[in-house]
Amino acid sequence: MELLSNLALGFQTAVSPLNLLYCLVGALIGTLIGVLPGIGPVQTIAILLPTTFALPPVSALIMLAGIYYGAQYGGSTTSILVNVPGEASSVVTCLDGHQMARQGRAGAALTISALGSFFAGCFATVVLAVLAVPLSELAFKFGPAEYFSLMVFGLIGSIVLASGSLLKAVGMIILGLLLGMIGTDVTSGVQRFAFGIPELADGIGFVSLAMGLFGICDIINSLEKREKRDILRSKLSGFWLSRADIKASAPAVLRGTLCGSLLGILPGGGAILSSFTAYMLEKKSSRNPESFGKGNIRGVAAPESANNAAAQTSFVPLLTLGIPPNVVLAMMAGAMMIHGIQPGPRVISSNPELFWGVIVSMWVGNLILVLLNLPLVGIWVRLLSVPFRLLYPAILLFCCIGLYSVNNNTFDIGLTALCGLLGYVFHKLECEPAPLILGFILGPMMEENLRRGMLLSRGDPSVFFTRPLSLAFLVLAAAMLIVVALPAIRRGRQEAFKEG
Amino acid sequence: MRIRHPKDFLTGMMFILFGGAAMVLSKELTIGAAAKMGPGYFPFALGAFLAILGGVILLRSVLWATCTHAWPALQIKPLVLVLSSVIFFSLLLRPLGLLISTVVLVVVCSRASHEFRWMEALLNAAVLIIIVLVVFVYFLEFQVPIWPSFLAGRV
Repeated sequence: MELLSNLALGFQTAVSPLNLLYCLVGALIGTLIGVLPGIGPVQTIAILLPTTFALPPVSALIMLAGIYYGAQYGGSTTSILVNVPGEASSVVTCLDGHQMARQGRAGAALTISALGSFFAGCFATVVLAVLAVPLSELAFKFGPAEYFSLMVFGLIGSIVLASGSLLKAVGMIILGLLLGMIGTDVTSGVQRFAFGIPELADGIGFVSLAMGLFGICDIINSLEKREKRDILRSKLSGFWLSRADIKASAPAVLRGTLCGSLLGILPGGGAILSSFTAYMLEKKSSRNPESFGKGNIRGVAAPESANNAAAQTSFVPLLTLGIPPNVVLAMMAGAMMIHGIQPGPRVISSNPELFWGVIVSMWVGNLILVLLNLPLVGIWVRLLSVPFRLLYPAILLFCCIGLYSVNNNTFDIGLTALCGLLGYVFHKLECEPAPLILGFILGPMMEENLRRGMLLSRGDPSVFFTRPLSLAFLVLAAAMLIVVALPAIRRGRQEAFKEG
Repeated sequence: MRIRHPKDFLTGMMFILFGGAAMVLSKELTIGAAAKMGPGYFPFALGAFLAILGGVILLRSVLWATCTHAWPALQIKPLVLVLSSVIFFSLLLRPLGLLISTVVLVVVCSRASHEFRWMEALLNAAVLIIIVLVVFVYFLEFQVPIWPSFLAGRV
């Protein structure tokens, strides 16, 4: 049993005192920012990335992964108690979760979302462990043509997630690819678009771009709208589920987990998409769909399991193929590169303890979360009363100090302000920044594979269509584009985003 | 001719601008041929694609938009204050050190909130300085200048 020995290796890595500590820290920070509306895993990973430089790569990744799935736990708490989604992925949890809270069943809603998430987390860990080896072996057969087409597929997938215009999303991808070209060209060593600025020789810093587009820009947007929160002040009690609750929610958890695990793996998938899909599936498959939105426990169980499962299975394409399926995983890819690890099929063989350690740490982290989350709900709720006007200067300050420490220069801080301005323009024009970040991450790899592929075929572009795997990816990408562009689906997509 | 969808119109303009700039700048690099691409080949192609896409979006916003949409609403205050607080920090950190830069950053960006109060902002800055000194400087050992450079030799 190779799988078992691999998992044993991972277990050894994951439960070493240092890694256990960082797993705990990551899970707790993730829950914390999950609880706080207006700051999500993307911003947090961007802010904390510089603090992980001093850590060994395994510990750094364990902590950053903890932030992602921890946020899925925390986001539901805010959705249920405050009716404001703490995370984009728990938007649908508001619908039934908050209604349950109004009916005095907040405790039961929190319990089922924690238990559902835990079950989903365990299942997704197994999926990740089982799929990883065969997928990475498949990836070894890829030539440059296959890689190029796979990246096209991955980039098109990110459009599915972007709300609004399809053309704009494609444009944002291209813009991201172009921004990724800035700096020294790997093949020829020529400086591109650097305008003679020495700090740009290595390209735009990934941390600067991500912090500007997500961290700073989100703060400005939150300041523009004055939001009011009504926290449910009633006493929390009744965490135990009744037998009827268990009977109703157990199959919902199972369906949500399966749906989330599947959607997490696909490009463009991830926690947000899967929680919407799981909720809609649950509502469509129900005998009395009108009970949804009025405090049906299935409407909490399914999306909460789905988002946690997807948060974890979305590591599959990153760790095996080197393709981040969504923005958070793009941030993880950025983190790996900063630590000198190229995400892709080689990670398993070259850094087995890192790969299996991170996977097992997810299961450990889920265990920590389910044990800590319910007892700590009271503290999380109190945190929500910290006003935003005191919180955002802190976020800005941590961003700036983190940015300075990346290269010990102040240029990156100024560049981030510029990226923040750019992000603000994008927001005003309703252009989603997520496809841009994915393009930025994949740009250099994509160009390299395109160049190599064309060099090998002596300039004949048909190589991308004659190699079967490459053709398959391109066909899938085209199919996805057509599906998204179809009017019926487009309407459904808009509805899904509007419900939030 | 009327601009029915201003946000799309401006997006189109932006894409044309970025795409055009990429094409012009790539022209200065070696373009090369399909079999042996130079550093300018891929960016030039991307720039051209982006510019065409921008053109389509722009035309669509003028010709085919079904209903008239609003121009984006801007609020200058939060934008300018938040961005300038970050830029101030980047300019002040080296010469004046972390303590003064933090106070400037917190006070300037706090003014963006409509509930700004001087005492509260200064108190917030003081608390944050302690957090930063303990967490970032002491525990994580970030190399950040703390005191103004003209005092650094003496403290």
